[in-house]
Amino acid sequence: MYKILKAGKLAGNIYEMVVEAPRVAKHCLPGQFVIVKMDEVGERIPLTICDYDREAGTITIVFQPIGASTEKFTKLQAGDAFRDFVGPLGQPSELCVEENLEETKKKKILFVAGGVGTAPVYPQVKWLHEHGVAADVIIGAKTKELVILEDKFAKVCGNLYITTDDGSYGRSGMVTKVIDDLITNEGKTYDHCVSIGPMIMMKFCCLTTKKYNLPTIVSMNPIMVDGTGMCGACRVMVGDEVKFACVDGPEFDGHAIDFDAAMKRQAMYKTEEGRALLKLREGDTHHGGCGNCGGDK
Amino acid sequence: MGDVLKKVPVREQEPKVRATNFDEVCLGYNKEEAMEEASRCINCKNAKCVTGCPVNINIPGFIAQVKEGNFEEAYKVISESSALPAICGRVCPQESQCEGKCIRGIKGESISIGKLERFVADWARENGIKPAAPTEKNGKKVAVIGSGPSGLTCAGDLAKLGYDVTIFEALHEPGGVLVYGIPEFRLPKLDVVAKEVENVKALGVKIETNVIIGRSITIDELMDEEGFEAVFIGSGAGLPMFMGIPGETAKGVFSANEYLTRNNLMKAFRDDYDTPIVRGKKVAVVGGGNVAMDAARTALRLGAEVHIVYRRSEAELPARVEEVHHAKEEGIIFDLLTNPKEILVDENDAVKGMTCIRMELGEPDASGRRRPVEIPGSEFTLDVDTVIMSLGTSPNPLISSTTIGLDTNKRKCIIAEEETGKTSKDGVYAGGDAVTGAATVILAMGAGKTAAKGIHEFLSNKQ
Repeated sequence: MYKILKAGKLAGNIYEMVVEAPRVAKHCLPGQFVIVKMDEVGERIPLTICDYDREAGTITIVFQPIGASTEKFTKLQAGDAFRDFVGPLGQPSELCVEENLEETKKKKILFVAGGVGTAPVYPQVKWLHEHGVAADVIIGAKTKELVILEDKFAKVCGNLYITTDDGSYGRSGMVTKVIDDLITNEGKTYDHCVSIGPMIMMKFCCLTTKKYNLPTIVSMNPIMVDGTGMCGACRVMVGDEVKFACVDGPEFDGHAIDFDAAMKRQAMYKTEEGRALLKLREGDTHHGGCGNCGGDK
Repeated sequence: MGDVLKKVPVREQEPKVRATNFDEVCLGYNKEEAMEEASRCINCKNAKCVTGCPVNINIPGFIAQVKEGNFEEAYKVISESSALPAICGRVCPQESQCEGKCIRGIKGESISIGKLERFVADWARENGIKPAAPTEKNGKKVAVIGSGPSGLTCAGDLAKLGYDVTIFEALHEPGGVLVYGIPEFRLPKLDVVAKEVENVKALGVKIETNVIIGRSITIDELMDEEGFEAVFIGSGAGLPMFMGIPGETAKGVFSANEYLTRNNLMKAFRDDYDTPIVRGKKVAVVGGGNVAMDAARTALRLGAEVHIVYRRSEAELPARVEEVHHAKEEGIIFDLLTNPKEILVDENDAVKGMTCIRMELGEPDASGRRRPVEIPGSEFTLDVDTVIMSLGTSPNPLISSTTIGLDTNKRKCIIAEEETGKTSKDGVYAGGDAVTGAATVILAMGAGKTAAKGIHEFLSNKQ
């Protein structure tokens, strides 16, 4: 069992937990992920590592409930435990590897974070800060209440730009508008961009950075089962090649990703997951005899 | 007394009934049936069956005990050579191993060795007979990577010799392919696999799940920091292969590994588990091995019409004869001498069909099997909404790429000496699919056994 030391809401529907997992904490690097399984009947849920403390042996995860299993996660309190917690999985971010540090130091780096994807950006920016690199960060959120980790970022990044879709906080508009403004109107130049957030945001972010020939890395979070390369569920098209996000990624060259195909694959279990979530929320009463799913027969 | 030339028939669930459930298909022998079948054995002095067994079980020896009704003795005879008899009795390809060599098989049907082994193992379990833990420990620590057939066997053998053994398993349940790959209806998880794992633990073996060697910790760290004096790698062949045809990343295309893992390890077929699975209406399974049969029969039980699409003919199907027979009885449609060319998708990128081409057998290829060649102009569309690719697997490079000085061949398999399991790295041994590429449970067990001997010799000489 993997004990939950801290559990709480970051904002809106976004939850944060600190979990005791010494083997993971000892070896993980920014960009990698873990797989979490709450109990015997739960799914294996891949979550990008959002912070780690090697001495304390803890990992921080941030999530938004999207299916039956993650919905159950939200009920857990400090003192509870996950049945399974495995990692670190995947390749570390290429920016956050000691061997690449000299190269990284020469670059002007921009992070573009959106929604719950803001959380996994944090350990990368923090790692760079600890290694003497100040990266600029754009955080995008729907509205003021959903902006997360602002204070933590402020301590470790270069310039911090916050934008909300509704203009209720910081700048107004999508992250892509901020990229355009920074580069065309505010005289900023960047050599490297990392974008983590909803698939649709990463897609448009990549379309924008492509205009400026700004190399952009994205972190894919497709459907997975084992997370070790065994099932192949997480395959994504990168250029002409089929890659497994769990072992080859999760970070890839965003300009080579086929986002439309990836988004369609993401929707594969939508009905099944949706049904499981409904069943959890409404018990058996969700079978209202709609005649569509056959569940009332 | 029945016909001595024929096997005592084994009871099975009716095909029509079992096609709708996940309970075990074969019900096994009872005492009387087992003793009758055992009495057909002529107890050859120079028993050929033993040479056909990768772990050389004293087959006439245990059968002689069954004949007399001494089932506990029979279990002891088997246990000298095999740590997982309830599993092997169910999943070994007996027709090409022990039973293939049986003298009885020349004029009539061979002895039903697999079913007898299964009976003995099940009897022992039901009667609470467990292998005895060693009384003396030698205090030397050995790490075993992977809790599949090779790892469990190697760990069990080393524990019997007094070693302090820890198995590291990447998934959340021990058992490897026995748990994620082979379905419930062929190998019950709670009653058989979990019990065999318990038996290995009863020997003093510790199992740590959720540890991915190469990521959570490396082999070098296990040896340098955690005090393991030797390591056995039994990490299997986990990476699925795809064909590389158009449409393969579409929704509704799965590797057999994913499909089976969702259903077997993650229990998608049970309502009380959260795991989703796509229940296709018409499913094509591409491939002809045991894994293909398992995927096909799983899809059938989940309510689909299922086609096996295989490019060679029935004679070349690599699956166990019993699996093919069972699949046919249950209503799986075999589209033999047929090969996929393209997976057709709709506007949402979901599978709407598969273009296939008819094949014929040409000259024998390197494998000795006649090579299938396309018949020009014979393309047709198979009406399916789900495609499961079961084309084989290759070893995961995670361990070899993170271990200094561990050599692999061009197929990414770890290079290990056949007689000892020794790899290019001092103190590190390997066996099973990680070395051979995808093979069988019993061959992996054989390799685990060999490596246990190799490790014992290495650690005994190292002072």
